[in-house]
Amino acid sequence: MESNPILRIATKIMTPYILMFALYVQFHGDYGPGGGFQAGVIFAAAFVLYALIYGIETARLVLPMGVAALCGALGVLIYAGVGIATMFLGGGFLEYGFLDSHDAEHGQHLGILLVELGVLTTVFGVMVVIFYSFAGRGRVEE
Amino acid sequence: MMAHLPVMQVMVPLLAAPLCALVRNGRVAWGIAVASSWAAFWIAWEIFQVVHSTGAISYSLGGWSASEGGIEYRIDTLGTFVLMVVTLVGAVVTPYALESVGKEVDKSKQALFYAAFLLCLAGLLGIVVTGDMFNVFVFLEISSLSAYALIALGKDRRALRASYQYLIMGSVGATFIVIGIGMLYVMTGSLNMANLAILLPELSSNRTIPVAFAFLTVGVCLKLALFPLHMWLPNAYTFAPSAVTAFIASTATKVAIYVLLRLFYTVFGSDYSFLEMQLGTYLLPLSLIAIFSMSLVAIFQANVKRMLAYSSLAQIGYIILGISLFSSTGMTASILHLFNHAVIKGCLFMALGCVMYRLNSVELDDMMGLGKKMPLTMGAFLVGGFGLIGVPFTAGFISKWYLIQGALEKGLWPVAVLVLLTSLMAVVYIWKVVETVYFSEDPGSVNSDCSEAPIGLLIPTWTLAILCVYFGIDATLTTFGASSAVANLMGIGS
Repeated sequence: MESNPILRIATKIMTPYILMFALYVQFHGDYGPGGGFQAGVIFAAAFVLYALIYGIETARLVLPMGVAALCGALGVLIYAGVGIATMFLGGGFLEYGFLDSHDAEHGQHLGILLVELGVLTTVFGVMVVIFYSFAGRGRVEE
Repeated sequence: MMAHLPVMQVMVPLLAAPLCALVRNGRVAWGIAVASSWAAFWIAWEIFQVVHSTGAISYSLGGWSASEGGIEYRIDTLGTFVLMVVTLVGAVVTPYALESVGKEVDKSKQALFYAAFLLCLAGLLGIVVTGDMFNVFVFLEISSLSAYALIALGKDRRALRASYQYLIMGSVGATFIVIGIGMLYVMTGSLNMANLAILLPELSSNRTIPVAFAFLTVGVCLKLALFPLHMWLPNAYTFAPSAVTAFIASTATKVAIYVLLRLFYTVFGSDYSFLEMQLGTYLLPLSLIAIFSMSLVAIFQANVKRMLAYSSLAQIGYIILGISLFSSTGMTASILHLFNHAVIKGCLFMALGCVMYRLNSVELDDMMGLGKKMPLTMGAFLVGGFGLIGVPFTAGFISKWYLIQGALEKGLWPVAVLVLLTSLMAVVYIWKVVETVYFSEDPGSVNSDCSEAPIGLLIPTWTLAILCVYFGIDATLTTFGASSAVANLMGIGS
């Protein structure tokens, strides 16, 4: 596959749009179908496609295993961090309304976006780690 | 901040877990784990005091109340008792883990080990804290999935197979539980336990409810390893790293028993569970078979860790026996044993972890004459062993005393005799170890040049050993906690 020019070029063209679409799904999650989980999977799919066509070593140069694992942990921290932040702002755990002191509704928008961002980060990281671990079986660990 | 205690109970270990995964250094991760598990213990203690002075506490996540479909955290006297058990064991095992895990787990995986450990702790605490059925399922899976990973980290290659076996059985159990919850949700439109308790009695003639009841009961019994559903447990306990065995043996099955009590008493109501569904008639024989057959199997084990795993299955039988009696004395015995067994088994498995640290083996044959070389370790083992048998002045005596009393109250004297008889069987298997360790000469085998375990392992082990004796002499705190939990549960039922 790595020598097929059609696949290589098509992948090159597609990848940014896949990433873009993931972000669309993420930010549109409030209004339509979508949200952090789906967005994370689509985001990871871009890297999976890249690894399939250009080889897993090349993909690991773009996104090392360690960084993907870091994302997996970081997302949980973002999610929980929002919850802790609302507690310090005087609300309950994950009570988004308190994130904006002027308009509770704005706070709720902000809260759900941040939380979904946490979900995206974790799902994306974990998906890539799973793919790397399975695809890289039998190869040298970094 | 005090108002947020219920959510902090879960969030502290849940936040610490990704931090452990981020730092990647085993020692730093250990420091985080110790700090957060001690903080969790302190929070549990604060909650214990609040609940006993002002009654059950409720907390709405995200400010959405239960009537708006939100998730409610609710802690009553039973919940706070179980929280104390889990966090106490967690707080004792994490300091122990430094040297034990340092030796038994690959260095590159140590930070991830603590991450999984804290996730497991967070999951177990979450099950107890929440008042929402689906939340119970989610936390059950958080704790189970991290437990599978922890068991698979064992040094022995067979740990992987044991973990896989547990994964399959645990997932079957989880599926049963989620099917049961789904049925309840379809019938009532609610996932909140308190709401379900109000809505379910009106539907009790509906055929779906008994099916949901059956699915939930079987699923949870698989998680707590009641007799015919116990096959995953012995291997998992035997091959897991010592610190993991000590933690999981003292907490995971106990929390599953808590879920069972929640279902029987709070969600379905005791009248429905015990009078209409005749739960006692099913649980009583199963628990008796568990106690008798598992004690018998334990006697013939050559690996001490596996022996104690089978003994754990028998002890689960005692706890279920107390529940099946459907009386306040029986329930008090069960809830007391929940705590006492956690302390006793924690102590025993940690003492075995000390042996593992020096010998790399817990086979009975390798432990000949070890009493002279590791007097403190084996002393702690002896104390725990006495507790397991139920010798007076140890914690085990108190719970067995209540259990026999409960059986006699119901006129079930053969059950009381069987409890005494199986205690004698515990004497047999503990004596086997004592004889090998203290009364047989070392033939100059593996342990010829071994010395006492390091102080970092001995202090946590002896902490539990001392607690085991302390709560055998002065059981005021434990009986107070247990009997107020029972009064609360039974009060809801009637």
